[in-house]
Amino acid sequence: MLKVILRSLLLLMLFWGGSAQSALTIEITQGVKGAMPIAIVPFTWEGPKPQAPLDISAIVTTDLYRSGRFSPLPERDMLARPSDPSKVNFQNWRVLGVENLVVGKVRAVANGQYIVQFVLFDVFRSTQITGQTFKVGKISDLRKTAHQVSDIIYESLLDERGAFDTRVAYVTQSQDAAGKPRYSLQVADADGHGPQAILNSREPLMSPSWSPDGKKLAYVTFEGGRPSIYTQDIRLGKREKIAGFRGINGAPAWSPDGTRMALVLSKDGSPDIYVMNLLNKKLTRLTTSYGIDTEPVWTRAGDAIVFTSDRGGKPQLYQVTLSNRQVKRLTFEGDYNARATLSPDGRMVAMVHGNGNRYQIAVMDLESGAMQVLTDTSLDESPSFAPNGSMIIYATESRNKGVLSAVSVDGRVRQRLVLQEGDAREPVWAPYGK
Amino acid sequence: MNILRKALVLVVPVMFLAGCATAPTDTTDEGLGTDSGVESSAGAGTGGSGIGSGSSSDSSAEPMGLSSGSDISSSSFSLDDNSSSNLLNTRVIYFDFDRSKVRAEFNEVIAAHASYLADNPGALMKLEGHADERGSREYNIGLGERRGNSVARHLGLQGAARGQLDVVSFGEERPATMGHDEASWELNRRVEIIYTKEQ
Repeated sequence: MLKVILRSLLLLMLFWGGSAQSALTIEITQGVKGAMPIAIVPFTWEGPKPQAPLDISAIVTTDLYRSGRFSPLPERDMLARPSDPSKVNFQNWRVLGVENLVVGKVRAVANGQYIVQFVLFDVFRSTQITGQTFKVGKISDLRKTAHQVSDIIYESLLDERGAFDTRVAYVTQSQDAAGKPRYSLQVADADGHGPQAILNSREPLMSPSWSPDGKKLAYVTFEGGRPSIYTQDIRLGKREKIAGFRGINGAPAWSPDGTRMALVLSKDGSPDIYVMNLLNKKLTRLTTSYGIDTEPVWTRAGDAIVFTSDRGGKPQLYQVTLSNRQVKRLTFEGDYNARATLSPDGRMVAMVHGNGNRYQIAVMDLESGAMQVLTDTSLDESPSFAPNGSMIIYATESRNKGVLSAVSVDGRVRQRLVLQEGDAREPVWAPYGK
Repeated sequence: MNILRKALVLVVPVMFLAGCATAPTDTTDEGLGTDSGVESSAGAGTGGSGIGSGSSSDSSAEPMGLSSGSDISSSSFSLDDNSSSNLLNTRVIYFDFDRSKVRAEFNEVIAAHASYLADNPGALMKLEGHADERGSREYNIGLGERRGNSVARHLGLQGAARGQLDVVSFGEERPATMGHDEASWELNRRVEIIYTKEQ
């Protein structure tokens, strides 16, 4: 039973050894005391080839481990490796202190399809908690199935929806052979696997924002030497320029119903928050301060927008109600609070919280106003909640590289995703979508 | 060679300060923090003469004069003159942290560019505003624009036409140098002056 704090454990490379395309590695920099002990027995393989095309149980093990809520039993400590639910001897697991047990198998069937089965047991009650059979159409979908298995286990044991079968968008910057910067907008699985560039540019790319159905991204591009805002369909690649006004075109944020876009324009003076009706492109100006008003995010109900403003001297978070344009200040602690993001349940706001030269990710309970700093790094940016609200992914700097990190909302679990080349930044966790 | 270019940009204001330390006219802005900024950059510019001579060979990297040969008689400076004493060759204005106020040390440089623009109504200038990496990216876009506008306002007050000036903010997206310390941040908080049309 692992009850120690796990530091800098390099994990995923072991499982990813075979796939050259994976560009990110994940390090758990801080685990949790008292995480739930679980054993995931390696799934057996039934097929013509000697080995399964993908080690599903290894992916499930990694998923559960990096959530910080589980401490999976190392394979070498297992006394038995059953795959048939009827062959499970619960005593073998009780003596190891394992509370829950997962067994399963992967079977190749006709037409390049696969059957994946698993069962989750309560070891002390000797009962089955849940189990499922998946029919997987092609080899490339097996990874998604593995994350779905993780999601089912997570939800069954923690009574909270999992977020393993989700995606993250982020911006990378690297250098070409001539030393010129190359910017790229990437979409990858939430564990960093399988990144795909949806846009490459020689000019900066910024501020990706997911549509609520998870099908499109809005972003800022400097192609042509000045900023403009585009939306782009992830699958089809089709894109549309929605704003290219004089001055700043920044910080797009889709409304919860997907019909409007909050954005920042400086065409009428200082940067202010506007809302664009995406059907007719009509603009409504929401703020008129002389300061910098930026980084709008919608409340869950879509009736108000939280944003950053330095109208009071230093950047702080404010909220404007759409119906009456009334503005109230939300943050008072610390001399720099910016780049708000709201938790999926709307109760918490995460932000970049600056004190002196340290810029860290903090969360504030909107009802009580209590603020908690979650990170121990110092150049943190761009927090984004997982769609189940359990983790916050953000960008920071480590050993002179821009890296993505994630922290649990209680600050107890931390992990780092490191790009092999170049810098990664501005991660945004996709909604569950359809 | 990247370092060389950085140093070049720095040495010019240092020399300017040394040469004009007695000028009492521009003291309206606070001078806080400017000393340290110049101090650390002086280190980078110890080989000042060498860099000065290197400027001509490195001119492709800097938006220097097109050497079209036409003389600008009414202006005290010419864009074609690459010498370090030419205030028009200072093309970067630096700022204090989270500030957009133009420091007094840059007043004469801005005055020189303003008078060039006034004397050459066909000339066009792009002002690229930049911020250091600290804080949030979109706020830094706002800050970069505010710095660009601040320089534009000074230029306008001294004779440049608004239509000659185009402000674009890159926030922290295009740092001049990649370090994560105060010395790098100082170089990244800046407005770059780019002549998109010289006459």
